[in-house]
Amino acid sequence: MTPEMKGFLLLTVIKLIVVFTVIMTGVALLTLMERKVSAWMQNRMGPNRVGIAGLLQPAADGLKNILKEETYPAEANRVLFLLAPALSFIPALLLAAVIPLAAPLPVDFAFTLGPLGAFAYHGLMPVQVADLPIGFLFVLAISSMGVYGIALAGWSSNSKYSLLGGLRASAQLISYEVAMGLSLIPVLLLSGNVSFSVIIAEQQRGPWYVLPLFLSFFVFLVSGFAETNRLPFDLPEAESELIAGYHTEYSAMKFSMFFIAEYANVVTVCMMVATLFFGGWDIPFIHWDESGGVLPTIVTGLIFFLKVFFWIFFVMWIRWTLPRFRYDQLMSLGWKVLLPMALAYVMVIGLATYLIGDVAHIASPVTRGLILFALNLVLGCGVFLVLDRGNVVSGSERRRVPGRRAAPLRVGG
Amino acid sequence: MLQPYVPILLLIVFVVANAAMFIALSHLLSSTRRTAVKIAPYESGMPVLGDARERVSLKFYLVAMLFIIFDIEVVFMVPWAVAFQQLAGLRGLLLIEMFVFILILAVGYVYVWKRGALEWD
Repeated sequence: MTPEMKGFLLLTVIKLIVVFTVIMTGVALLTLMERKVSAWMQNRMGPNRVGIAGLLQPAADGLKNILKEETYPAEANRVLFLLAPALSFIPALLLAAVIPLAAPLPVDFAFTLGPLGAFAYHGLMPVQVADLPIGFLFVLAISSMGVYGIALAGWSSNSKYSLLGGLRASAQLISYEVAMGLSLIPVLLLSGNVSFSVIIAEQQRGPWYVLPLFLSFFVFLVSGFAETNRLPFDLPEAESELIAGYHTEYSAMKFSMFFIAEYANVVTVCMMVATLFFGGWDIPFIHWDESGGVLPTIVTGLIFFLKVFFWIFFVMWIRWTLPRFRYDQLMSLGWKVLLPMALAYVMVIGLATYLIGDVAHIASPVTRGLILFALNLVLGCGVFLVLDRGNVVSGSERRRVPGRRAAPLRVGG
Repeated sequence: MLQPYVPILLLIVFVVANAAMFIALSHLLSSTRRTAVKIAPYESGMPVLGDARERVSLKFYLVAMLFIIFDIEVVFMVPWAVAFQQLAGLRGLLLIEMFVFILILAVGYVYVWKRGALEWD
């Protein structure tokens, strides 16, 4: 092995352990943040007994779950019952590996380490575990693997609640995956590449994709909520109907693994939103962050963290804002609203990029982005009026008419 | 050429090892006292009625079939979207091709909708 290869492997192992640790710690802190944010929104204290301001609560929970008694329900399929939590844990933690966390870091070292031989690395090191040329496809592929864990957990538990939860979750995940995949096609249309580093580089040249592709962003965000089983789409574990859904029969560390997987998925979706639509680690309007150096890497890393943090907070915010959907509403939103919308949007953006690039001959990504943004404003208003069907825009007007009963509230499709 | 994929392989090994460690650790450290009531499937405290391995609604299979059709469509669109940006001279043709493809799918989609495959009642 050449010293360069060994240096690459050494850096990979370091990045791998760092990213894994960051995600695990982040997930632990997220469980605390979720409870603190919930408490704050409901005007109560939240966990505040363990450690300073409850900061050690995740550690206490983790310790409890490791030491807790494991139960295997009677007539459960032992092998699948054990395998299911691992099957949802593994893909959830693989996902974040391909997302760039900060600007590339210049690394330059060469040293010899006893019997292991020489290590060397010269050049820019991408701040992500693997800079895959197919990064985006990797995320789509691996995120669908999570369905196996959930479906198997539901079936192998031999409990009716688990079975129903597992079935609901699988149907929901695969339904929204179609809309999610379709909503990202316009991103590829504009960037022309599936690698995350190229998508970020394209957003540095033009406006962030949230402006020219606002409807894509909207569809992606909604399907992201459904993919991670968050309220308002948390039907797989709707506690008032299904106890805890597919993990009703799970206890101890196996339950924790489902929990970690769920939060890791939330983090990944928020990272995807930040990367695909908000420029990743990009700082807008300046080019200092692309200069390559230790300081730009640190600052862009912080910027990326802030973006992801905002979206995670947004997810928790929505949880206490919107009530849960009914299952038929959920399915019809996915199949009858988001899917045709995303499909039509692909055609619109395809046609628009063709007209802008090949008929009007506008090559500047900024002008192209601004024209598409104007198009999105018009389309967005239209979509809002269709989806709203008079609930918000003229709903209060209708209620004010004397002698008439208020129109029944229609939600969803 | 395959060098970018080596880290993914390492990560898979690492994550699988961690998953196995979690399950093993919790298995070794916990005490187990199985009683008939404890291992009964949870049904809100009521005596267990029947078995959970029942037949499930056909709806779920239908959703899975529809998913396969439409997800393959997405898979076809990914290379198209990438090529659209890179093959600048062929854009008009590519656009017409995709419109025809989406139109054919739209016919199927309307058929599925009208036959009631998307209804849950």
